[in-house]
Formats: sequence, C-alpha cells, structure tokens
Amino acid sequence: MEKQQTGSMKRNKMIGNAFAYAALILISIIWLFPFFGLIMQSFRSYDPKVEYGGMVDYIIPKHFSLDNYRFLFSGETNYLRWYGNTLIIAFCVAILQTIIILCVSYALSRMRFKGRTLLMRFWLVLGMFPGFLTLICLYFLLKQFGLTQAGAIPGLILVSVASSGMGYYVCKGYFDTIPAALDEAAMIDGASRAKIFLILTVPLSKPIIIYTALVAFMAPWCDFVMASYIAFGYDKSYNVAVGMQRWVWTNDYQGYFTRFCAGGILVAVPVTILFMFLQKYYVEGVTGGAVKG
Amino acid sequence: MDVIRKFFRAVGENIASIGTTFAQGDAKTRLSYLIFGIGPLMRGQIVKGLAFLSCEALFIWYMVSFGWTYLSKFSTLGTVETHKEHRVTVYGDNSFLILLFGLLTIVLIFLVILVWRMNIEENRYEESLLKAGKKLPANKSVLGSLLDGNFDKTLLALPVLGIFLFTVLPIMFMICVAFTNYDKNHQSPTNLFTWVGLDNFKQLFTFGSSGFGTTFLKVLAWTMVWAFFATFLDYFLGMAVAILINKKGIKFKKLWRTILVITIAVPQFVSLLYVYKMFANDGLVNGYLMKWGWISSPIPFWTDPMLARITIIVVNIWIGIPYMMLIATGLLMNIPEELYESARIDGATPFQMFRSITLPYMLFVTGPFLLTQFTGNLNNFNVIYLLTKGQPQSMKMAENAGQTDLLVTWLYKMTVTNTDYKMAAVIGIMVFLVVAVTSLIVYNMLPSVRDEGGFQ
Repeated sequence: MEKQQTGSMKRNKMIGNAFAYAALILISIIWLFPFFGLIMQSFRSYDPKVEYGGMVDYIIPKHFSLDNYRFLFSGETNYLRWYGNTLIIAFCVAILQTIIILCVSYALSRMRFKGRTLLMRFWLVLGMFPGFLTLICLYFLLKQFGLTQAGAIPGLILVSVASSGMGYYVCKGYFDTIPAALDEAAMIDGASRAKIFLILTVPLSKPIIIYTALVAFMAPWCDFVMASYIAFGYDKSYNVAVGMQRWVWTNDYQGYFTRFCAGGILVAVPVTILFMFLQKYYVEGVTGGAVKG
Repeated sequence: MDVIRKFFRAVGENIASIGTTFAQGDAKTRLSYLIFGIGPLMRGQIVKGLAFLSCEALFIWYMVSFGWTYLSKFSTLGTVETHKEHRVTVYGDNSFLILLFGLLTIVLIFLVILVWRMNIEENRYEESLLKAGKKLPANKSVLGSLLDGNFDKTLLALPVLGIFLFTVLPIMFMICVAFTNYDKNHQSPTNLFTWVGLDNFKQLFTFGSSGFGTTFLKVLAWTMVWAFFATFLDYFLGMAVAILINKKGIKFKKLWRTILVITIAVPQFVSLLYVYKMFANDGLVNGYLMKWGWISSPIPFWTDPMLARITIIVVNIWIGIPYMMLIATGLLMNIPEELYESARIDGATPFQMFRSITLPYMLFVTGPFLLTQFTGNLNNFNVIYLLTKGQPQSMKMAENAGQTDLLVTWLYKMTVTNTDYKMAAVIGIMVFLVVAVTSLIVYNMLPSVRDEGGFQ
C-alpha cells in the first residue's frame, strides 16, 4: 500500500518536471528566436546577384556571405565613426556618472546636513517630469556653448552626466547597509570624512560600483532621442542607434535590412559579453534596488 | 497647514534676526549689510570673507553685463521684431533667450538674497564668539572642513549645479512655455512669442475639431491601459517563470536564466527594431504563416490599431519577464522554507501555497518597486517608439497622434516633428500630474508603508 503511494507520488513529480522542462524549452526558443534570426539575416547578402537583400520568408540564408560586414567596414557609410562615437560616449559616461553617483550617495547616506530630506524630496518630484520635456531647452543650452552638431559628443556626455546625481537610490541603499560603526572607528583614529570615503567606503562598495558603471555604460548604446536631436543632421556625430535606425525606417529598407542586422550584431555581441561577465553584480544591484524601492 | 505655519514662523524669525543683528552689531557687521563679507575680512577670516565678497562681485557683474537686459524684457518676452533694413536682416529680441536667462536671473537673485542672509549670520556668529572671548577658527581649518565636517558640500556642489542647469532650469523654462504661444509660427529668433495665460490649457480641454480634448483623453486612456498591462502582466509572468526555474528537481538553472537575460543585455534598439521587422506585413512571422498556408493574407500586426496595441503588450512581455525573473529569483529564496514545510504538512496544494505564502510576501516586499515600474511604464518611450512610433496614424486625432502613442511619445512628436512647443509643454505638465497623483495615491496604499513590520 505505502510503496504504491510513494510510487505514484514519484510519477506525479516526474510528470510535473517533464511539464516544467517542456515549458522552459518553449520559453527558451521564444526568447532566443529573434536573436537567432538576427544572426542568420546578417549573413544574407544584399547583392541581387547572390540573394535578395530585403524581407524574406525564410530564416537561414541560401548562401552565407560576409557582404554586410564588408559593407560596414568599407567606409561607404560612417558606421565605424558612429561605433567609435558610441564607445567614447559610453566610456566617459560610465566613469563620470559613477563618480557623481558615488559622491551623492555618500553625502546622502552618511552625512546629516540641513535640507537633506528636502533635497531628496525635491529630486524625487523632479524625476516625475517626463525626460523629453526639456529637449528643446537642452538643445539651445548646448548650442550656446557650441556643443551641438559637430560638438555633439561632448554635449551628449555633458547632458547624460550633469543630471545623473538624481539616480542615487540603489547606490545609497547599498551604502546604508555598510555599518556606521566602521566610519565611527575610523573617525576616532583621526581620519577625515574624505579619507573615510576614499579608503573605507569606496573599496567596500565594489559590487555597486560595477553595477552603476555597467548600467551607465549600456545606456548610450540605446540612446536615440537625445543623440539624434543634439547631433541633428550632422552625420559624423551620430551614435550607432541614430545612424542605423534610418536603415530600418527608410523607404529603401529593402536594401538595408540585412546591413542593419550585421551592424546590430557588431553592437550587441561585445555589450552582451560584457554584461554576461558582470551579470552577478547586475542581479545584485537590481534586486537590492527593487526591495528598497 | 502645519508646514505653512512653520514656514511663516521661520520667515518671521529670520527677519527679526536680521534686524537685531543690525541694531546690536558693530560697524564691521553693519558694513557687511552692504558689502558682503567685509566683516569677516576685517576680523581676519580671509577665506569666508573672500567667498562672500566674490559672490557679490560676480552677481553685480552678471546683472550689469546681461542679466538686467533680459530681466527687464521678461514681462513681454521682447517687443522688437526681427526685420529687414535695406536687405540686411536686423535681429530683434530673442524671446527664447529672454525667457531662459530671465528665469536664470530670477533664480540668481533669490540665491544672492540667501547668500546675503548667510553673510549676516556669519557676522553675528563671529561677534558672539569674540564677545565670549573665544578665538575665531583659523583660515586653514575653514578650508580643511570642506574635506571633513563640511564634506557634504564638496561632494554635492557639482551634482547640484549640474541638476540645476540641466534639469531644474529647463523644467522651469518648459513650465513657462506652457503659458506662452511658442510654436511653429512663433519661432525665435525670427519671430517673437509672448505670454498668453491659460489659453493652451483651455485648448487642451476643448472638445471638437479645433481642440485637443478628445485626442488627449484617448491617448491618456491608452497610456493608463498600457501601463497597467505592461506592469502587471510582466510582474506575474516573470514571477511564474522564476518559480518554474526555482522548482526542485529542475536542472541547469543557470542556463535557463542566462538565456532569458540575453534580452536585457542586447541593446533595445537592435532587438526591438528586429522584432518590429519580424512582425511586419512582409516579415518572418507572416511569411511563415502564409507559406504554411495557415493564413492567406498577412496579419496586420502593426497597422490594425487594436492588434498593434496587443502586439506591443506581448512584445513588452518578452522584454519585461527576464528583468522581473531576476528580481523574483532573489526574493523567492528569502522566503523561509519552514513556511512551505508546514503548509505541506497541512495538505496545501501548490496553488494554495502560492496564494497564501508566496504572493503576499512578494507583494509586500516589491510594493514600491511595482509603483516605480508603473510610473516608468507610463513614460516608457523606447518600447513604443522603436516598435510602432505611435502608428497606425489616425486622421481623427490632433497633432499627428497615433493609435498607440503614449503621452510621452506624443510629446516627443510635438517637439520634434510639429515643433508645437507650447502644447508639448502642456502635455508634459499633464504627464507630471498623472505620475505625481498616481504615486501619491498608491504610495499611501502600500502595505509596506502603512505597516512597516507587517511581514516578519
């Protein structure tokens, strides 16, 4: 009797697991399918002598070719320039934004000064305004300093970094968990606030620093609105998103769709690899941020 | 009410203090009322004195060189139009710059009053120290405190300045624009624009062919529907996937997670634009369905209004599940295993356990997160813009609004395509109100706010 029961329970469990695996495999296929398609399309030639370069109803190209990649490196467009621009912006923003967020978080987490809660509340309210509201104003502000069109890259970096102090939540939440007793002990030993910040807090915050820098590094690769508005028609100042979206939205996309795929792959692969390496820190930051709210 | 009373009391106390300091102060202090920081300078407080003095000098230089010119035209936003004299264009007033620098000047005046008040307070403090027979702090230690006691000022100076110049000032500017007629017919520097009071808000709530009312309500309704589905579908499905992967006996947990996480890693403009093409009329999905003979004509995923909305929400699930899955995975591990153990002994089914243990815990812990997700989705520009750009277009809607436009994407279109800045500003204020009101209402309803120790 008893044996039979455990047997049926085992069978139930196995059926349950089988369903779970089936669901997981289905989910994996759905999630990977677009990326698989993207990779395959990037190897389809746009040369009409080889294969039709527009939209087709099959995934695997009939002839694998590197035509799209050759096109990107040929200098017919400014693709390499756009790529370089995005890389420069991403690096600068990642470094500067991380420094600013660390400074703000430390001040708000560790120091008690007049107007601290007022400042935090004020920034919270500011964050409720939609981001693109100020587009024209920012454009004219930057124009006053010559940071549009030809100077769009420092301009973009400035805009992304200038307001980044408001994104302190996750980092401050992390600082709050570092015991205050450590600071007090260091202070008794005669260390100044600046010294505590640099020698004690920063080294203890490696995970959150990596998280902040990673998020800051990834954002410029998707930045389309700000970048297109500030670079406005000056091709050499585009980033990859601005430069390549035209290949999809232009009326002539039939000839450019596969080229977009190839360009997209070249953007996605390094960013994805970097992300996968630092995934642990990302998960930590995101989970911590979600619970703190 | 209490806040207002406190505020007025503080103002009163400040004014009283300014008066008594002047009446009881010495000549150095009184002179400081006119020349900032002269008192501290004469008492040997070089650093502080110079700081105050340079503030005043900079302010006077700013006002004389151009602040005053802009401020004096602020009430009209300029009267001299750009015109041609003997075929040469003579530029008149630039309303845009008058508004921008006028605002900047007003803020600076407030700041200088604040500095003036601090300068008086500093004088009073120094006098009281000297009267008590104490020494004033050395200049070196004043500077040194910027790295110690006053380190917060050093840390925050640059970020606060950046936020002021690139967020606060532009937002103030755009709020003002909502009360002007700045649009494609009034573009500076060729044309002037001026104050029009509440006209733009009236137009927003005018129903009929000339007003924005119908379009605004339609777009607002879709924005709310979208935010609701985008938030809660992602939330529950993401949690379900996390539970599935966490299930006992499932192997390769890391592999499944990694597969899902790729969507976060790949820049959205690559993945979403590809997905957009995948569902296009001549795209892969329709291509295969037709090849297999399931349908005879392409399914209009992006061109039929209702279908486009559904497709967007479905694609957003594809984007949103991995993110929620990551968060839920971490949190699910925090639920004490004994809770499930005892429930199992009581004979609870998995669904009952989910409903009375997992869900309450998750809702409690992630309440604030859900709120930020919701407000984030109200302003989710990327997903909408990269997928449909707000299309399909509708002739019945004002200002090029499409059937899938959110308030933000509509705002973007008004700014960039239609250059109807005044209405864009009005919509921006409306978005702010929607976000602020939802946040306030929901925040006060959250269990974790009402009852902090509720789940312990």
